[in-house]
Amino acid sequence: MTDLQPIPDDWTYAPAPESREIVTLQPRYGHFVGGEWLEPSETYETLAPRDEEPLAVVGQATEEDVDRAVGAARDAFANGWSTLPGSERAKYLFRIARILQERAREFAVLESLNGGKPIKESRDVDLPLAAAHFFYYAGWADKLEYAFPNRQPRAVGVAGQIIPWNFPLLMLSWKIAPALACGNTVVLKPAETTPLTALLFCDVLRQAELPPGVVNIVTGDGRTGAALVEHDGVDKIAFTGSTDVGKAIQRRLAGTGKKLTLELGGKAANVVFDDCALDQAVEGIVNGIYFNQGHVCCAGSRLFVQESIYEPLVEKLKQRLTTLRVGDPLDKNTDVGAINSRMQLEKIEELVASGREEGADIYQPPCRLPEKGYWFAPTVFTNVAQSYRIAQEEIFGPVLSVLTFRTPEEAVEKANNTPYGLSAGVWTEKGSRILWMAQRLRAGVVWANTFNRFDPTSPFGGYKESGFGREGGLHGLEPYLEFDA
Amino acid sequence: MTGRLPVKKTYKLFIGGAFPRSESGRTYEAEGQNVASASRKDARDAVKAARAAQPGWAKATAYNRGQVLYRLAEMIEARAGEFAELCSGREEVERSIDRIVWYAGWTDKLAQVIGGSNPVAGPYFNFTVPEPTGVVAVLAPDEPALLGLVTRVVPPLVGGNAVVAVASELRPLAAVELAEAVATSDVPGGVVNILTGRRGDVAPTLASHMDVNAIDLCGANGVSTELEELAADNVKRVVRGRADVQSPWEIADFLELKTVWHPIGQ
Repeated sequence: MTDLQPIPDDWTYAPAPESREIVTLQPRYGHFVGGEWLEPSETYETLAPRDEEPLAVVGQATEEDVDRAVGAARDAFANGWSTLPGSERAKYLFRIARILQERAREFAVLESLNGGKPIKESRDVDLPLAAAHFFYYAGWADKLEYAFPNRQPRAVGVAGQIIPWNFPLLMLSWKIAPALACGNTVVLKPAETTPLTALLFCDVLRQAELPPGVVNIVTGDGRTGAALVEHDGVDKIAFTGSTDVGKAIQRRLAGTGKKLTLELGGKAANVVFDDCALDQAVEGIVNGIYFNQGHVCCAGSRLFVQESIYEPLVEKLKQRLTTLRVGDPLDKNTDVGAINSRMQLEKIEELVASGREEGADIYQPPCRLPEKGYWFAPTVFTNVAQSYRIAQEEIFGPVLSVLTFRTPEEAVEKANNTPYGLSAGVWTEKGSRILWMAQRLRAGVVWANTFNRFDPTSPFGGYKESGFGREGGLHGLEPYLEFDA
Repeated sequence: MTGRLPVKKTYKLFIGGAFPRSESGRTYEAEGQNVASASRKDARDAVKAARAAQPGWAKATAYNRGQVLYRLAEMIEARAGEFAELCSGREEVERSIDRIVWYAGWTDKLAQVIGGSNPVAGPYFNFTVPEPTGVVAVLAPDEPALLGLVTRVVPPLVGGNAVVAVASELRPLAAVELAEAVATSDVPGGVVNILTGRRGDVAPTLASHMDVNAIDLCGANGVSTELEELAADNVKRVVRGRADVQSPWEIADFLELKTVWHPIGQ
């Protein structure tokens, strides 16, 4: 293998910061309950992960706060929303979609500020997809009987929704849009570290003139989530997050008969055959694991390379890593932003240390990380055994484990050797092999010659311990409906 | 003392296409007979047999699975008289047969009703197909002894799952008879496994088993805090099945949806 070239000096980009003037933050936020701001009894500070700048004080919702939010949702469900014609519900959702499009830049800047993801991702991925999700489900609101013929679909009631910090506004839209389209009301809890776009979204609801109580937002940590899960007035729980918390929620709901959908962790295999288009595959691998700093449940974190192309592929991959620009999330040139929180950074560091200790070889491109804030360089581990923790556990960071295989059968065997089953990738120019692999990979989403693509019309969700239920598409309506037949 | 002494049947378990006694050596008396009483080890053996058989069953063409299930209906019809004596009567047998025929016709229609192509906003071909969840544990209801078992076991089979079923505890003989019909119907060994015995002996083992992907709690009256808590250990799909119901959504409860993306280009 040839020595890797250092970063040439002329690769230095002039800073291209996106202005944050467009965002006006309140110093303090309460909980959004019944269309009004409820003064929180407990609070905490939410930070910008790029430099730990305090952004605002937000509420830590107590059981009483959650109770009021559920009560507001119950009232709104009983007093109008559940009997509103679907065509009218649709128009509220269309309004929300349009307002999100109009205020996209404001939301994108705030998303990058509070979450740490590069502005080009929040601008080009999160915001367009969030608006599209509302637009898509708006159209379903008055067509449910065509989606489920002979089944007499009706709303479940009050949905409790708990979302993660990796795609804060996008996950909000995945949860709220189908729930409202089906006639439910919701209490949503954003992630502890990324509450701000959800709180700003309340202003969109005001502009859309959504009836009070149809959407309620309570902020806080896991205690708030637990209060929501345990509340008797909630008819359905939708959770996106870690497999451990998902299992705890499933246990907690045992015997209650409440509806539940879980979208949990992953350890996706990205399988690269020797007849792939190599340059495209390298781009796909990079997108698969370094997109959003690897804070992606479906990230392609286990790379399986056919032995015959192992050396050239790894060399190209390392070379490509040297061109990734790590830095200020608000800089339009940035490819890899800040790690979302100190806690997550420590988790990544701990797992990476275990990879070194267990005997894997680590590669990180030379890059200057900012001194303040939470940062982790894009990382590749080679010489990884399947038993290593970095090949088994979800790291949820910009860390790739490279393994090898010889035959397609071996690739399938190794790819499926995990309790997870959220997503998988396959790279080959041979069509029949793509379909052969797609049939055998035990995962809810298979990306062939692409990776990390999302669309409101495309069902997303896991096999095995990656959860159950689908979000997106017609299938994404079902968790929010009861059926007479 | 004249005439011939009839040969009596030994009522055994059905695991991996064979009819073993319980490894525990235990039986219990039900409907006037000594019936094998499955142990936790028997339950684990049944899961192992189901796991081994499941990929082959899933790989069979939908057309083939439909014919095999139709053959099962033929086998029950052929011994309808015996079945009638082991359940509420002829009508229950006929409803069971007709239900199997109805489900047999679904194998090659599900993908079009449940899956489809998705019009994503980009240059990608994107489609969604149903696939089997894997190994399904079924707690059959006590009544109706035959129709209840058929109602809960056949839908997961339609979609390509393998099943470990716990028979009616009070009326297990119809289940043993059904096992004999299954054994002669071209259903591959291990795809259907039937345990008789005390539900409480084996249900927790099946609910907590890490190689069981879904559990149908019909026989636990559809709800069980203890079994559902155990099921969370590997995020099992928990189905609260009804004893007498017939719909494609019963099949869908034991299916996963897989979505595949591929770029469109020159």
